[in-house]
Amino acid sequence: MSAVAVDGVWKFYGDYPALRDVRLTAEPGACLALIGRNGAGKTTLLRIIAGFSRPGRGEIRIFGKQPRETATRSKMGFIGHGISVYDELSALENLTLFGKLYRLPDPHTAAMEWLERTGLERVRNGLVREFSRGMRQRLAVARAFLHDPGVLLLDEPFTALDDRAIAVLQRLLREALAAGKTIVMSTHQLREALELASHVALLTRGQVTFHGPCTPEMVSDPGYVYARYGEAV
Amino acid sequence: MLSFFQQVLVVMVKDLRAELRTKEAVNASLAFALVILLMFSFAFDPLEETTREISGGLLWIVFAFAGTLVLNRSFAREQPNDCLDAMIAAPISGAALFLGKALANYVLVLAVELVALPVFGIFYGVHWTAQFPQLFMVLLLGTWALTVVGTIFSALTVNIRLREVMLPMLTYPILVPALMGAMQLTAGLVTGKPISGDSFSWLKMIVGFDVIFTAVSLVLVETVLVG
Repeated sequence: MSAVAVDGVWKFYGDYPALRDVRLTAEPGACLALIGRNGAGKTTLLRIIAGFSRPGRGEIRIFGKQPRETATRSKMGFIGHGISVYDELSALENLTLFGKLYRLPDPHTAAMEWLERTGLERVRNGLVREFSRGMRQRLAVARAFLHDPGVLLLDEPFTALDDRAIAVLQRLLREALAAGKTIVMSTHQLREALELASHVALLTRGQVTFHGPCTPEMVSDPGYVYARYGEAV
Repeated sequence: MLSFFQQVLVVMVKDLRAELRTKEAVNASLAFALVILLMFSFAFDPLEETTREISGGLLWIVFAFAGTLVLNRSFAREQPNDCLDAMIAAPISGAALFLGKALANYVLVLAVELVALPVFGIFYGVHWTAQFPQLFMVLLLGTWALTVVGTIFSALTVNIRLREVMLPMLTYPILVPALMGAMQLTAGLVTGKPISGDSFSWLKMIVGFDVIFTAVSLVLVETVLVG
């Protein structure tokens, strides 16, 4: 059973089809890099996979189940364009909050563990509004990983990260892959993404124009996929 | 079921904690309520009998306007950093999220009302303590009506650019039956008349309004949030 299965998904904004008959799968333990130009539909697709909006047609399956089922949501971690943590709460309060919402047996301990893993334990009681951008991003990473999700959905996770945050995120993603988790990430930073990716999907104006394994040519020349498949539509 | 109420509590505590740190909604709402009460007291002579007769209406107009300032912030608080995404992604039902937020709003709006009430008593020369238990019950029921309708529309308007304008425009027309009941009952109670006879039907109407709109909101909130 695929960890993520996207079957004939269409999404319309008014009359405009942002996604057109998208079909993708990601097997357990795979890392699928979703690439494409601005406006290609990467974020729309990730949001539909995450269950934030419903497709116009087609369906999404996460381990064979609908994304909006409570059990399915427990298995997904999401990092979007925003950091999705509360400015008015401290780092520890934020992670404890999400630990409780994800029904972790000991939210406080889990929160402390992830603050340590992301290098934020010294500022655990500081309010997020006082954090630098890099610290906020690391907290967002901790929030997404906190409940040990089986599927990680990452929307441009490397954007605006400093070197340290990129290193932290890459290490965590490698550990997640080694543990058999599935990652679907959209990105413009091809080099960082293709180093991790086992598979690549290219979206061009809402359509999948390439979907296949990540090859050595792609890793050595990140522009290869665009040059080979980007103008197919 | 226990888990559902625990999650409601988690959301409620989170919202109250965030609001108590910033106090942006409560301060604005309280200041607005006090200023409007003061301005109305200049407009209407407190010694006139007619002023006392309409005082219940004036009070609930103030509560409705001031309450909207709290309700506007309810889902708007989730906007910075895309926190609403994280809430929608979490394995909690839309109903638990809605109820947690509605209860947090309820506490905040009630707090504003309980501060505004004595000020109202002073400005308008009414003995609001005479029937306080019944008045408090009307306050609880009427405020829940305001809160539950305001919270669901706060969710509906969260992505609208003019949500501060849209929320009252959508909320007040729907609130008319509950506000009418609360105004009628409050006008009687602040002039020393307990709830009885005809006025009891107003009370039943507010209870019915609360039950119906709570149930409808709990059913619809998932659609409102995810589409």
